[in-house]
Amino acid sequence: MSQESIIDVTINHARRTVSAPPSMTLLEMLRSRLGLTGTKECCAEGECGACTVIMDGDPVNSCLVLAVETEGSVVTTIEGVGNNGMTYLQESFLDAGAVQCGFCIPGMVVAATALLERTPEPSANEVRDALSGNLCRCGGYDRICDAVLRATSGARHDA
Amino acid sequence: MSPFRYFAPRDLVEACELLGGEDAVPLAGGTDLLVALRHREVRPGRVVDLKQVTEIGDQISIEERHVSIGARVVMSRLVASEIVRDDFPALASAASVVGSVQIRNRATLAGNLCNASPAADTATPLLAYSARVIISDGAEERGVPLEEFFTGPGSTVLRRGEVVTSVELPLPEGRSGSAFARVTRRRGVDLASVNLACFVDDSGRARFGLGAVGPTPLAAESTVDQLTTDDGMQRLLDVASPISDVRAGADYRRAMLRIHARRALQAAIEGLG
Repeated sequence: MSQESIIDVTINHARRTVSAPPSMTLLEMLRSRLGLTGTKECCAEGECGACTVIMDGDPVNSCLVLAVETEGSVVTTIEGVGNNGMTYLQESFLDAGAVQCGFCIPGMVVAATALLERTPEPSANEVRDALSGNLCRCGGYDRICDAVLRATSGARHDA
Repeated sequence: MSPFRYFAPRDLVEACELLGGEDAVPLAGGTDLLVALRHREVRPGRVVDLKQVTEIGDQISIEERHVSIGARVVMSRLVASEIVRDDFPALASAASVVGSVQIRNRATLAGNLCNASPAADTATPLLAYSARVIISDGAEERGVPLEEFFTGPGSTVLRRGEVVTSVELPLPEGRSGSAFARVTRRRGVDLASVNLACFVDDSGRARFGLGAVGPTPLAAESTVDQLTTDDGMQRLLDVASPISDVRAGADYRRAMLRIHARRALQAAIEGLG
């Protein structure tokens, strides 16, 4: 029953072969098997978005995906965002003072990265919608939205 | 979660055989199942992932008389689909408010139906559009009108070893209009206190799907003429039997149902164009 499955998955641009039991979530695999602890566990039931990763191009809650379901998939975690230093979006989070305790920020940055990949110039409402699955207990939503808007291609052009 | 064995069959016969076992549960998007597994509300011996099954589609296709939505189609796909937005706008609206972006990228339409929540957002437009659920046991297929699919909170007519392979929506023949409405405690990610959808066609028929006001999502049908009076609307809504729970009181649900049914009807009529 507790037999492990062997999973071939691309994580942060590298092919990985990982062993995990079927009952292990992607979140648990990232943190405990791969040491990728940037992805945070908070509610672990899809309410808070702290564990958001990009799977095959779409942001998903890694707590609601079984590790075995990622066979053949491409997953990007916060560690894979900005492989070569911080991205413009991450700099914007600092500039906007969007980080207080910081626990929700990896999920916010990953969700916002997915948004900007698809919609390079989102409106404020589109940013709010895209981040509505990410909770911030510090209540820093306005500054977080500001940070994302500062990182849109139009804002970058103006800067 | 408790340990289980995981299967990802590639063909339907194998999937149905695996699901024939007493301790087997199907996995589609997993956004409901993984929460239940985590809380140990279900402790399956096997989890059967349906996402590799070739006979279970991930496409939205136009057939002669209907649109077919494969059981692997996720909510964000529905929202982005031109077919759905043009011909079934209330379904696009409902799918766009299920959970969050992250949830909508995993949650399937068929899964939302099979989970059989009385408040399932997508069930209400599908009831209004007279949807049919296509079910297979691996050998034979049957189609069930959605209003006969739900049997109670969390339960459906699905038998052990059966899976939903697609959902069919009849293409409107003449002009039609439809609208979705939803009451929640907050604007963002939340379950509905009341949700409903209304469909009208140019013959004057008005058909509703009503959610979170009974043990299952409910269908109700009347005519635009009958619904112009408060009595007529009340007779339509008599099918509802809301309860009081953490999200809303029964009286509040009844009041919101009356108001939003009226508004949705108006919006659907305006959509007739």
